[in-house]
Amino acid sequence: MVKKRIIINEEYCMGCRLCEVYCVTQRSRSKDILKAYKGEYPRPVSGIVFEEKGPMSFALQCRHCEEPPCVEACLTGALYVDDETGRVLHDGERCVGCWMCIMVCPVGVIKPDVDNRVVASKCDLCIEAEEPACVAHCPNEAIQLVEIEEKA
Amino acid sequence: MRYLIIGNSVAGVHCVEAIRGVDKEGPITICSDEETLNYSRPLLSYYLGGRIAEDRLAFRDEAFYQRHSVDLILEKKATGLDTKKRRVSLADGTRLPYDRLLLSVGGVPIVPPIDGLRHDTTGVFTFIQLQETKRLINYIEQESIQEAVVLGAGLIGLKAIEGLIERGVRVTVIELVDRVLANTFDTEASSILEARLAAHGCTVIKRDTIQQIKTKGKKVRQLVLKSGTEISTSLLIVAVGVRPNLALVKGTTIRTDRGIVVDEYMRTSAEDVYAAGDCAQGLDFLSKENVVIAIWPVAARQGKIAGLNMSGFQTPYPGLFAMNSVQIMDIPTISFGMTTPPDGKGYEVLHRVDRTRSLYKKIILKDNRVVGAILLNAIERAGVYGMLIREGIDVKGFKDQLLNDDFGLLVLPKEFRKHLVAGESFVA
Ligand SMILES: Cc1cc2nc3c(=O)[nH]c(=O)nc-3n(C[C@H](O)[C@H](O)[C@H](O)COP(=O)(O)OP(=O)(O)OC[C@H]3O[C@@H](n4cnc5c(N)ncnc54)[C@H](O)[C@@H]3O)c2cc1C
Repeated sequence: MVKKRIIINEEYCMGCRLCEVYCVTQRSRSKDILKAYKGEYPRPVSGIVFEEKGPMSFALQCRHCEEPPCVEACLTGALYVDDETGRVLHDGERCVGCWMCIMVCPVGVIKPDVDNRVVASKCDLCIEAEEPACVAHCPNEAIQLVEIEEKA
Repeated sequence: MRYLIIGNSVAGVHCVEAIRGVDKEGPITICSDEETLNYSRPLLSYYLGGRIAEDRLAFRDEAFYQRHSVDLILEKKATGLDTKKRRVSLADGTRLPYDRLLLSVGGVPIVPPIDGLRHDTTGVFTFIQLQETKRLINYIEQESIQEAVVLGAGLIGLKAIEGLIERGVRVTVIELVDRVLANTFDTEASSILEARLAAHGCTVIKRDTIQQIKTKGKKVRQLVLKSGTEISTSLLIVAVGVRPNLALVKGTTIRTDRGIVVDEYMRTSAEDVYAAGDCAQGLDFLSKENVVIAIWPVAARQGKIAGLNMSGFQTPYPGLFAMNSVQIMDIPTISFGMTTPPDGKGYEVLHRVDRTRSLYKKIILKDNRVVGAILLNAIERAGVYGMLIREGIDVKGFKDQLLNDDFGLLVLPKEFRKHLVAGESFVA
């Protein structure tokens, strides 16, 4: 099986945060950037954590770990690995917001939703789109989609 | 290879998943003395509080057992273990042979002897099982319970309190030591939570315990505390803790201490018998000693490691450390490892308090390495602290930033950060 993963080239990150803007857009009902930002409330939480200090910056999203600690620690079964794609997915219906996943995520990319009740729909590598929105809109290839061969 | 698993819960389920990752053929039997397919104990408080229905308690659906070709035996208790003949006998006389056995029998609630408390006293419950929780809910409804007493303000006690309060029941909690959640919290964190409990109408009685239970007929009516205080109630929940369930290994040669002692491959002292989860005493990453850490992530990991080793895929258990995420009265809290270090042993403590926001962050260091943390109302990116503990990262260069709101991966050495986000070694 060939899996898709996002890699981060922090040297190329310009700190424009377009990845966040387009992630929010992709998660909005309208999938339209203006409507997402001006017309929809509450505005979806982006699946990206962005860090910046001085000239350094990078954007990070779920790593879709090979052996995801969040799935292991999930008290409800809301987090699971999709058999076909190896993606770590989240079923908001089952989530109760216990934050066990936030506790064990080694890179700290899982966030609560706006109302703090459940985990924000975490990065699913934009299942519905051809290419993840953050990848598609990164102007400098700081965020790239690669294919990796699954370890046997 | 015939696999037998006693206990159909966190450790058992993760054991099955691990075995099937390696061995698709060997028959797996799970034996459970409970009625339900599986359920998440931590969700019992949500169920008690009416926030979720019974059908949301399972953490793996029915198809799980078919998909993994598991023969599931429910409502049968394993009562005998013969490690020489390699078989387990059930209460109804059935004998189950095994080539590899996993004991994932969990914990049993501790009920201290209390004057006047008898096995048939009604209105006294523990809080770790679904069937009992259902009886508890029935009791609350039938008796129109308005107030209740919880004995013990540890994790399970607080979860019970939360469920009761959500149901509209007024709660008094009685705790032996000087604060709530004493095992994982320090005085500051506990006092923030206590204030929050009080704001929800919960009375917290500390440094006291129940000396006597007075009944009317069989039903609990009044509690007499050690201090002499008397409390009228018709519902008492005993939540002073759980201890490893050693019933099945009693009378065998299997080595026990507080729990069933396991080596780094989750093997007990008997050949081909493994143990995992709340019943097992395995490696603690921080102290490097064998201790019982009765939490979900440990049960899951140990079950998984046991499963790999049972199916011949030799994998050592790296050891985890105590950690918990508990949301109490709308305050999210996460704690890791050593949270109240002893004085004079070379620990360094960083902390930040903002009582108006119920915010508290405390990081415990030893030799410039993070060994523990408490986070209240500030759990964003909490997992990064856990990662720092596990990886033993020297934080000297960015110590002053550990408590910042925007703390993250940027402070880490670049090479390490790249390695971390590259996604190669993501086994926490
Ligand atoms: C109310 C509550 C809240 C909790 N909240 C949290 C939390 O927030 N975070 C956290 O990390 N942990 C929490 N825990 C702890 C967590 O639920 C346990 O660590 C976890 O369930 C351990 O799993 P296990 O597989 O080791 O055993 P268990 O879940 O205890 O399951 C053992 C199973 O074995 C069965 N069994 C025992 N003996 C036999 C026998 N002889 N024959 C057949 N079957 C047998 C039992 O009936 C049981 O079904 C909570 C626990 C409770 C009770």
